[in-house]
Order: sequence, then C-alpha cells, then structure tokens
Amino acid sequence: MTYDIVLAGVGGQGVLSMAALIARAAMAEGLHVKQSEVHGMAQRGGAVQAHLRLSDGVIESDLIPRGAANLILSLEPVEALRYLAWLSPAGTLVTSANAFVNIPDYPAQEEVLRHVRALPHAIVVEAERIAEESGDLLAVNTVMVGAASHLLPLASASLEGAIRTTFNRKSEATQAANRVAFAAGRRAAS
Amino acid sequence: MPQRILLGDEAVALGAVHAGLTAAYAYPGTPSTEILEFLLDLEERHGGPHAAWCANEKTAYEAALGVCFAGRRALVAMKHVGLNVAADPFMNSALVATHGGLVVAVADDPGMHSSQNEQDTRWYADFARVPCLEPATQQEAYDMAREAFDLSERFGVPVVLRLVTRLSHSRTSVEVGEAREQNVVRKAPQPSTWVLLPGNARRQWQALVDRQAEITATMAASRWNALTLNAGRRELGVITTGISRNYLRENLPDLGWEPSHLHIGAYPIPADKVRALAAHCERVLVLEDGYPYVERLMRGLLPPGVAIAGRMSGEVPSTGELSPEIVRTALGIPVRAGVALEGFVLPNRPPQLCQGCPHGHAYTSLKEALLGYGATMVTADIGCYTLGALPPYSAIESCVCMGASIGMARGAAEAGFSPVAAVIGDGTFMHSGIPSLVDAAAANANMTLLILDNQATAMTGVQDPLVTSSRLREIVLGCGVDPAHLHVVDAHPRKVHENAAVLKRELDHPGLSVVIAVRECKVAAKKRARTTTAVTS
Repeated sequence: MTYDIVLAGVGGQGVLSMAALIARAAMAEGLHVKQSEVHGMAQRGGAVQAHLRLSDGVIESDLIPRGAANLILSLEPVEALRYLAWLSPAGTLVTSANAFVNIPDYPAQEEVLRHVRALPHAIVVEAERIAEESGDLLAVNTVMVGAASHLLPLASASLEGAIRTTFNRKSEATQAANRVAFAAGRRAAS
Repeated sequence: MPQRILLGDEAVALGAVHAGLTAAYAYPGTPSTEILEFLLDLEERHGGPHAAWCANEKTAYEAALGVCFAGRRALVAMKHVGLNVAADPFMNSALVATHGGLVVAVADDPGMHSSQNEQDTRWYADFARVPCLEPATQQEAYDMAREAFDLSERFGVPVVLRLVTRLSHSRTSVEVGEAREQNVVRKAPQPSTWVLLPGNARRQWQALVDRQAEITATMAASRWNALTLNAGRRELGVITTGISRNYLRENLPDLGWEPSHLHIGAYPIPADKVRALAAHCERVLVLEDGYPYVERLMRGLLPPGVAIAGRMSGEVPSTGELSPEIVRTALGIPVRAGVALEGFVLPNRPPQLCQGCPHGHAYTSLKEALLGYGATMVTADIGCYTLGALPPYSAIESCVCMGASIGMARGAAEAGFSPVAAVIGDGTFMHSGIPSLVDAAAANANMTLLILDNQATAMTGVQDPLVTSSRLREIVLGCGVDPAHLHVVDAHPRKVHENAAVLKRELDHPGLSVVIAVRECKVAAKKRARTTTAVTS
C-alpha cells in the first residue's frame, strides 16, 4: 500500500504543520513516511506545496509522480487547483472554501469553487467557520485533517493521538479547540 | 538500531555529531540552513558540539579549518553559491595536510527554487581534487557524513558532501548508530604542511596529485558505487547519481524490467565500472540531478564507443532539476495523466514581502525619492528585499551575488551614470558588503547606499544578526563614510515621506552617502516574542 498526498496552500498558512500531523499519525501506525517540503524564498506568501508519501513498503522518490496522488489536501481553493496534474483520476481533492487573496488578479471566489466542485471527487470544507466555532481560528489545519480523515489509510484514533502529541504543551483551551476542530472537520466531510 | 525522523540536512548534522564532531560553522542559505539549525538546537539542549553562524561562508570555512589544525573534527555547511565565497580556503585546504577530519556539506539547488544559479558542486570537488560523496537518501546522508570524516583523516584532505534540495528538505526515518568520541586536541604535527609558501605549496600540491591514484581507487571501490548487470538484456544501461536513483526505482515497475544499472554515490567516478556498463550495453542513459558531470566525463572529446543519452543529447532536459516524470520520459514510459482543469487559467502566486514589512516602507521612500530624475539605477542584493524587484514595488534592478549591489553601484557611478542607489540588507552587508563599501568610500563614489537593517537574516528562516543596529552604524563610519552623509532613519510607515526627503537630498549629493533604514523584521519580532513567552512561562 502506498498513499500519496499533495498538501497545498499559501506560505504561512501552515501546510507543513498539516503534513506533520498526518506523518506523525502514520508513523505511529508503523508506516514508512517521506515528507518533501519547500523552504526559503518560496515560503514568503507564495504558493507552497508539500508531498507526503505513506507506505507499508519502501518509498523511493521523495516527490510524488504526476497522476499518482491519492489526495490533494489544500488550505486554499486556488492552490488546490494548482496541482491537479499530480492527482490520480481516482483521487480526491479536499480543500478549504476560504480564499486567501494576496494577489491582484485573484479570480471570483464562486468561479474557483465552481471549478473545484466540477471535479469528479472533490470535498469543500468551510474550514475557517468550523475552526472559529471550535474555539480557535488557528485550528484550520486540524479541521482540514479531520475532513481528510475518512480518506486517509489511518485510524481516526491515530490522527487524534497525533493531535494530542502535537498540542500537548499548548494551553488547555488550544488542546480542546483542536480536538473539537478535528471532529467537526471529520463530520463536515462525511 | 534507533530510528529518527530527519530532514536530509538534519541527517548530515546528526551523522557528523555521531562521527565525533567538535565544531560546526555555517552561513545560512537555502537549502543548507537546517544543517546548522539542527546543531544549534542540539548545542542549546545538550551543551555541544559547538555550532555557530558566521559572517559568511569563507569565515565559516576558515574557522572549521582551524578546528582541524587543532586535530579535531569540523563541519562547514553552505549552499552551492556559498562555496564560491569560500572557494579560496576550500581550494587551498586541499593542499594542507588536514589533520582532524574536515567535511564540507554543500547543498545544491537544481531547479533554482531559492537561488540565482544551479551550479553543481561535484565540479568543485573535482577542481580541488578531493573526494565527494553524494547521498541518494536521508539514510545515506547520515551514513556518508560519518564516513566522510574517516576519509578526510585517512587522506588528509577535506571531503565534500554534495546534497540537493529534494534530499535536504525531505523528511523520513533514519537508523542511527553509536556516537564516536571527539578527537582530543592535538595540533597538526608538521606546521610546514600548513604554510603554503611557494616551496611548501609545490611539495604539497605534488603530494595531493600523487595521492590521486589511491583516492580514486578507494572511492571507485566504495560501497556507494554499485554496478548490477542484467545478463539477459543489453539494449539499455542506466547510470544514476545521488537522488536520481530514487526516480529510476520509482519508475521500474512500469518499465517492466530491470536494465543494467550503475549507481554513483562516491567521486572521483568509478571509471572501470562505467566502462564495464558501457561494454555490456548498447545505450547508456545518464541521470544526474545537476549538471551533466558524469555524462561529460564519459563523452570526452572523441566519439564514445557506446550511445550515451542524457542532458547533453536531449533525452533529459539540459537544465532544471530531475523529477519522476523526466526520468519516466527518458525511459520511454508515458507520463500518467492527472486531472485536467478545463477553461480556467490559474493566477500565479509568487512569493512576496509580508504585509507591513519594513522593506516595503523603505522601497516606497526610495521610489518617491527617485521620482523627478530621468533615468535612475538601483542595484540590489540577496535577501527578502530582492522580492522588491516584483510588483507592486518594482524598485530594484539587479541581484547577482551576495554584496554585489555596492560594487556595482560604484562602477556604474564611475561610468558616469547618475543617480545610482544600492540596496542591501544588514545580513548581506556583514556577509560581503563591507569591503565594497571601503572601496566606495575610498573613491568617494557618487552613489547612495540604502542599508535595510531589519535585525535578522529573514529569508532563510530568521537567524539572529551578528551585530546590533548601533554597531552597524559604527562599522559604516569605520569604512570611511563621511558622518555628514550617513543617516539612520526609522522605516516606519508614517515616516515614508520624511525618509524619501533624506534619500532625495543624498541622491543629489555628489559623492558617497549611506542611509540605514532600521526596523525589525515582523517575523523576527514574532519569533522573539514567542521565545520570551516560552522562557517566562
């Protein structure tokens, strides 16, 4: 079994923390993991992607081959569409509905979401609203991991464990918000 | 064996620690930065080995060389273009009889994700005539870092560890071994081998050249150079170097058979194994993430006895980084179709300055000051502020190498161009701007230097500056700048017009002037606030 995930977003949104959560859960299940990240200049408010590969066998390439990704998990709808060439026709795109507008030629948001919804397998999540309702606007990443949790080859308990470990040194409020955010994200995508 | 989850960069760092590292030095540069970041964190938590950022790659290299002179093991890390800055000590350290092990970890950036060129460090190792190891995986990065120190001490030369972006910045589990003790302090026994006066240097150079046969034989026989011949099929053989092996293996299931294969991870190249592969196959495909280094050596000048496919013949693109798709195409396998996006053009989202970045305010002032002249020239440098070349600022017109802004402005001024402004950050100024400012001050060049002092090396992840703002002013004065034409201003958004007036006045001054625009990087301020909170809580 190999499960390939392209994670997308805008620099500063937390693409890498989303990848780290899933990677942590996968390793807890004894899977092999390779996580390719973008650092440096590209991180400054630009398009950012990470490749995360999970497997019960050896993983060769650090990069996911085109047309092979099982999942695109994106914090931003335009960024979700940017990597479609990597998505297998059988794969699924899961994205936050919330636009991050920091460029002058950002298209109309409805048009972006229309193209997302026109894809064969797409899930759009109101991530910011759900995060806010969960008690922490910063928990958007956790909401999105929750939304993808039905598709990931990982037990929900492993992901919840990874969230506990990741936030165990934060305040009780942050920990609680992330627990709620995961569950709410999971419900939103069911 | 214990497992650790490590970036390729971190695997190098930990391998060095477990090899008995005493000290590591570096200048930050993507994709090499995390090597020293890892060691700084380790030192903070465990008290050693010693790790320090330096003013530039040359000073870092020289500090590492001193550690070796004292008989202990040192690591120096940099990005590929950083080795240009450190080229002088690097080339010459190949001639001294290095005593403690010296490993030079250089991270290349094929595809130029965060760099101004994609030069291939294997040429540098060849140029200096020292061994080079090139890991294909994070595990090899760890293992090779350990081995590189032994090779360095065995041959008395620095050993290069060549990394590439995709390995440096990919994380996976690595099996780690037992830590070796550090060497004791013991000065190099023969100082004459370190005094490269012509008489000694000739002897040392001859010794290095004489040692090549042994170095080459040892590296060729290395376990990192593996040849597998497919006895049944001769139509294709593949040579991979470094991470291109991963892309080959990724695609082999779809190729349906295993061509004869030579993997090269240790240089000088294993010439006999290359010949054995070529003799066995009708055609050899060479896959290298970087320049066509092996391919060019194979081709030489005279027609080769075997068909060679690679970057030079067009089967692989002549520039840019490799990918699973490029290797797939070179193997003749169609690329898998992804999902198509019909009738919708996505906007680009280039990197940009953060909202409210002080560089943005400084650029607004500079552009205002330059209004009203006919033609103007703004040379610039390397850092976050290079993004000022893009809209909405479009404020700068050059980015060549660290520190180039000042020298270029001086030359343009002396060519008769006016007005000329140069823009440089505080980190880059300390890295290599100072000598050029000494030149410009001595010549009283008709130019205005704008130093953007944000108190951080921000682009590479916000490293702390080596000098504070108050000392920066003293350094500028010490270079010989006239105090009447040195201004320290606050790059606050409310002071944009005021600062523009200062710049305008100095652009009109027929001689050298310097304006230091001070305001802390917003990311650095946040990071410092976090650290303070962590300490108090």
